[in-house]
Amino acid sequence: MTDVKNLEELFQAKIDAEQKIEPKDWMPDAYRKNLIRQISQHAHSEVVGMLPEGNWITRAPSLKRKAILLAKVQDEAGHGLYLYSAVETMGTSREQTIDDLLSGKAKYSSIFNYPTLSWADIGAIGWLVDGAAIMNQVMLCRTSYGPYARAMVRICKEESFHQRQGYEIMAVLAKGSPEQKEMAQDALNRWWWPSLMMFGPTDANSPHSEQSMKWKIKRQSNDELRQTFIDRTVQQAEVIGLSIPDPDLKWNEETQHYDWGEIDWTEFNNVVAGNGPCNKERLAARNKAHNDGAWVREAALAYAAKKAKRKAA
Amino acid sequence: MSSKLLTYTLRLADDILILSQRLGEWCGHGPVLEEDIALTNRALDHLGEARNLLTYAGQVEGKGRSEDDLAYLRMERQYTNVKLVEQPNGDYAHTMVRSFLFDAYHLPLMQALTKSKDEQLAAIAGKSVKEATYHLRASSEWIIRFGDGTEESHQRAQAALEDLWTYTGELFEGDAVLEEMTSAGMAPDIASIKEAWSKTVDQVLAEATLKRPADAFMMTGGRKGLHSEHMGFILAEMQHVTRAYPGVEW
Amino acid sequence: MSNNPNNWPLWEIFIQSKRGLEHKHVGSLHAADPQMAIENARDVYTRRQEGNSIWVVLAEHMHASRPEDAESFYDPADDKVYRHPTFYTMPEGAKYI
Repeated sequence: MTDVKNLEELFQAKIDAEQKIEPKDWMPDAYRKNLIRQISQHAHSEVVGMLPEGNWITRAPSLKRKAILLAKVQDEAGHGLYLYSAVETMGTSREQTIDDLLSGKAKYSSIFNYPTLSWADIGAIGWLVDGAAIMNQVMLCRTSYGPYARAMVRICKEESFHQRQGYEIMAVLAKGSPEQKEMAQDALNRWWWPSLMMFGPTDANSPHSEQSMKWKIKRQSNDELRQTFIDRTVQQAEVIGLSIPDPDLKWNEETQHYDWGEIDWTEFNNVVAGNGPCNKERLAARNKAHNDGAWVREAALAYAAKKAKRKAA
Repeated sequence: MSSKLLTYTLRLADDILILSQRLGEWCGHGPVLEEDIALTNRALDHLGEARNLLTYAGQVEGKGRSEDDLAYLRMERQYTNVKLVEQPNGDYAHTMVRSFLFDAYHLPLMQALTKSKDEQLAAIAGKSVKEATYHLRASSEWIIRFGDGTEESHQRAQAALEDLWTYTGELFEGDAVLEEMTSAGMAPDIASIKEAWSKTVDQVLAEATLKRPADAFMMTGGRKGLHSEHMGFILAEMQHVTRAYPGVEW
Repeated sequence: MSNNPNNWPLWEIFIQSKRGLEHKHVGSLHAADPQMAIENARDVYTRRQEGNSIWVVLAEHMHASRPEDAESFYDPADDKVYRHPTFYTMPEGAKYI
């Protein structure tokens, strides 16, 4: 028992000294579990996140936008792949992780259970959803688990264009025809609150937060990140002449932050619980891709085995 | 001559644009993440080539039409792609066989086009050759994996070949436009492309233990804007936003 | 790690970003065979002109030192300062040394 206690102290000392934890290092079971949960959720979010945007690839209103969107959605696949690899360093195969997604056991960011209803939604997702994600991801570049941090560095580098392309779409729509501006405002109205929900429950109600901060998996609290996001985004909305759908939004001279309204946590809990507008469709799409792909994966393996055998002979 | 060049350039552009549109449907639904990424690279390469060709077609036409005008504001009857590329994705074998049959034509075509007397076409082809080389290599490998993989994959690949074979004749159709372009040294002799295509197909199918279907009836019409019913749906999906808000920027 | 034979194995990917530089580990991916691993690496890890050459190694063929060996492996180098050029005092005025 004292041994484990010692190991735990050493482990925490390493973390406190800002040393990264690497796959073969001893780590508390709870740290491993917590990370596997967080990284796989993150990976699932990238992969499920391909769906709401992917369904606009065939409908993008210009060839330039089509190319950008293809490249962006493809990046999300890459990010899912990097993150699944980070989970694999902790001894959980990609197959196991994905099985948990497909069975509905694992969670992913509930934002992707909202539908993309107009082209402006592609702008809103890039600007708001990627914007919110980047806040988290920049923080995670310094996370204590080495493989996760390295994946995040790569992801952040690639993500840098995602938010900008979304904001550009919104800017073009906002200064376009009245119909386009209306489309942009409508998308902002629908995506604003779900984007704020992406930062998770308030600090007071966040079950995993405190321990994650101590282990330096996270370095800023949900509420801090959310506030920074709001402060930045409000200014960006002003620049392009769109209004944030929050009547309580007001600059506070004293705190030097925006005060803002109340998140509808009932809606949040409902979507997390599987009752969002698209939960079923998202899982069905992932399951279909997985099942339809089974014979392809098998064929590649069978051929590889034949080829290896012929080479050996 | 410029109207022949325009017609020819649009044919090249339409083939690759519609194929890219079809491949884009896969994004997010691939059989494995790595393959999803690979297939999207393919769609992106095709789209890039289509944009170059459409922009050039607009210049040749000289009426100020942009790549987007040409992609979004033409109807089925004005599109001149072969029917092969508008065929539905089907299962992964259909998608890969369709790409393979096209790639085996596209690579020698682009290689030959680099020597076109039309400098712009030669330049566009020069850029595409590298991509097309990779595409053919990757699709050939999948055909071999499927053919020589499991019994199921073999059957699926053979079925896809049988289904799609009837659309391959169109790739090599000659007409007055092509003849004039060829005699002007601006387009390659289509017979030589067919020869190269046929050789690649035989080689790959042999290694894949797949049977080359017999040259029975060959579909035609795409080059004249006579398409399958799929085409209307492809364009409806592709064009609806752009057409709903005419004349705006995106 | 589950070694389910129905899954594509895991590969570690090393990319040389420029001719003359070393190959660096960039991450991993799944592929059925070495050829596919190289091509997947091309699609996954060189989308932004990051690559000039790719090495792939089956993850199960990678062997790593153990963290608990760190002290006995690396600390003995601490007191061998004479391996570093700055250890030596050069006579004043000597050039190109």
